[in-house]
Amino acid sequence: MDCARALQAAVADCRQRKQRLAVIGFGSKPDYGRSTDAAELSTREHAGILDYRPEELVITARAGTALTELEEAVRAQGQLLPFDPPRYGGEGTLGGAIASGLSGPARPWRGSIRDAVLGVELVNGLAERLRFGGSVMKNVAGYDVSRLVTGSHGALGVILSASVRLLPAPAAEETVCRPCDAGQAGELNRCWARLPLPITGTCYVNGALQVRLSGSATAVASAKAAMAGSEPGDPAVWDQVRDCAHPFFATEQPLTRLSLARGCRFDDDDALIEWGGCQAWRRGDPAPTPDDASAVTFQRVHGRWTAHAQTMDPVLAKYVTRVRHAFDPDGVFSTEVA
Amino acid sequence: MSTPRVLDLLRAALPAHGLITGEHAVRPFETDGLTAIRERPWAVALPEDLAHVRAVLRICREHSVAVVTRGAGTGLSGGARPLKDGVLLTLTKMKRIKEIDLGACTATVEPGITNLAISQAVAEHGLFYAPDPSSQIACSIGGNVAENSGGAHCLKYGLTVHNVLGVRVETFEGDELVLGGKGIDSPGLDLLPAIIGSEGMLGVVTEVTVKLLPVPVVKHVLLAAFDDVEVAGDAVGAIIAEGILPAALEMMDNPAIRAAEDFAAAGYPRDAAAILLCELDGTEEQVAADAATVRGVLEARGAEVTAAADAAGQERLWKGRKSAFPAMGRIAPDYYCMDGTIPRGELGRVLGDIAKLSEEYALQVANVFHAGDGNLHPLILYDANKPGQIERAEALGGRILSLCVQAGGTVTGEHGVGMEKLDAMCEQFNAAEIAQFHRLKAAFDPAGKMNPGKAIPTLARCSELGGMHVHDGQLPHPELERF
Repeated sequence: MDCARALQAAVADCRQRKQRLAVIGFGSKPDYGRSTDAAELSTREHAGILDYRPEELVITARAGTALTELEEAVRAQGQLLPFDPPRYGGEGTLGGAIASGLSGPARPWRGSIRDAVLGVELVNGLAERLRFGGSVMKNVAGYDVSRLVTGSHGALGVILSASVRLLPAPAAEETVCRPCDAGQAGELNRCWARLPLPITGTCYVNGALQVRLSGSATAVASAKAAMAGSEPGDPAVWDQVRDCAHPFFATEQPLTRLSLARGCRFDDDDALIEWGGCQAWRRGDPAPTPDDASAVTFQRVHGRWTAHAQTMDPVLAKYVTRVRHAFDPDGVFSTEVA
Repeated sequence: MSTPRVLDLLRAALPAHGLITGEHAVRPFETDGLTAIRERPWAVALPEDLAHVRAVLRICREHSVAVVTRGAGTGLSGGARPLKDGVLLTLTKMKRIKEIDLGACTATVEPGITNLAISQAVAEHGLFYAPDPSSQIACSIGGNVAENSGGAHCLKYGLTVHNVLGVRVETFEGDELVLGGKGIDSPGLDLLPAIIGSEGMLGVVTEVTVKLLPVPVVKHVLLAAFDDVEVAGDAVGAIIAEGILPAALEMMDNPAIRAAEDFAAAGYPRDAAAILLCELDGTEEQVAADAATVRGVLEARGAEVTAAADAAGQERLWKGRKSAFPAMGRIAPDYYCMDGTIPRGELGRVLGDIAKLSEEYALQVANVFHAGDGNLHPLILYDANKPGQIERAEALGGRILSLCVQAGGTVTGEHGVGMEKLDAMCEQFNAAEIAQFHRLKAAFDPAGKMNPGKAIPTLARCSELGGMHVHDGQLPHPELERF
């Protein structure tokens, strides 16, 4: 259903009444410190696929379209969303996925959701309906607002619709597994990153490194041979990790998601480590001190996802504040993303 | 501004020969690759390190002098055209490699290093930097960041934005922004995508960290000859729909084929209406499987398909494609190069429409382009010495860009807006969108002193028009491969 006008009118109304707004889809993603007096504006009703031509490797849909609906549509054409968007609680919308900027297991190899976003339509804080980017891969007309909006948590506008790039689904996919500790898993990740292997996911958890291989049947078979010493793995692990549905996440303890520098050493045997060593999840201690090689991206404490309180570089904070002001001069959108 | 004093300050802040002034001395800097648009800069600053860059920006800030940042000057849209009362900050002397991190597969470099030099520096480790604009032998990585440069291999490997992990930026106000880094995810609002492709309007990029990829094991290049242009265009979408992602998929029509063949003897069929060049890369098994599929798709559409037997044969096939632009100089005195992008599925139809417009304007149009990305480079052939031809070429160019916008595409796929496409921007974006762009610029550069007047048209001057007019095939640095 097309609710664009209603969403635009809601922003105009709130701007006039100085009522702060928090944009939500399913509400399944981390909440970045929205103020308690913010009114919720849901994009869920504004749903539906607007354009999908498989030969373009692009799908355009309204923000409220469920990720599951998008995935079904592209799967039927032998394609996939390259960024494996997380579906916490099995849910999530396209708009929410873009606003939260979260990507799943294939992220280092097939690119992030930001890499895949080609265009957006949004309502800014002035209640103007604007389009940036488009549905083509190569497009350098104007600043790359579509990718700036990705991961902005509703701070710059209400996403109405978006075009995202797709990839052909691989002809074959296999998961292999190697028992090891976290340090050995790191060594393997660093070694494999230098080789042209068809890896599309890695996950170290519970003393084993699982690796997903995707490509033609012959390419997958030869990669398996090259990665000698690997056993058959568990293909179910990818969806489980992507959606935080793996038994690892079934804990009452605080959960912390860490971004790690490419190739860095991270030898925590009790962590779950993805992305070829670029992302780790830790249970327990709610606030490990980030060092040069790592940064906390968000946490789940008492069952609630929250942004980790960041101490942002004050210089960067100045520019982030100005960029927000450029899109939302009256401060209609409530989120503490910066 | 007290002119001599500012120059003295700049000279004192820069190393010997680091400041060039004077009408004749600055002449080599008066244009970038878009030679139709020229202006002699007031002064050219050649910093050798970050401290020099900061000093130049500080002096310019204190005296309210505008700054245009320039890399190698290979840009094709006039983005680095100097200002007669501004400083041209030329970063080609800042070309050090600061770090190659083999564990992270990254390189951290200064902005003036050439694109190709990065790949050359890491080749011994079996790695490369993927984006390869045709000018990669000369163009700088800082310029690539400014333009979000593409190249022939974007279809599989993406643009600059997909391959840059982090940058350091100096703003006109004197702040340093450290954006991104070696991690691939970061908390908070990420300003990196605002910088990439911002055409030097937001700040000066002083350091770039790029992602390095393993060099593919094998490459395979197929040449497909068609006797109908629209069928060739449709074959492009059909290959993608088959689930194949070629490393490159390029197309040339008959005028381009003949010119390139005369120039480079690449072995192209001179009578074909169109050819497709398809490069596949990856592991041996993957490439063999993909090559069989692609051949099937092409032959089902009546194409005659041949494959290069070895690396020398592959190079020969590519040579024809890469020399197509200089080759145009042999069939027409002047050409005007367009850079629109359209959805792949519209290729056949839009090429047909371009052919009709070509007849309507009585000017020949040759097409050489990145078909896999839908990125068209129609070359409008004309003779500037014949009255009215320039005007007709410009009018035809405007019609072609309109076709691209109407087909759901864009007025620039990879060359940038610069000075050249300010007018076309008005067609693609409405007033509110253009005003939003201006507010975004002001967030980084409230004084409006970084590369003023480029990339985003003022609402008042949406009627300006320029173009890439190449006379007698005379390009600066004609030895460079282009597009």
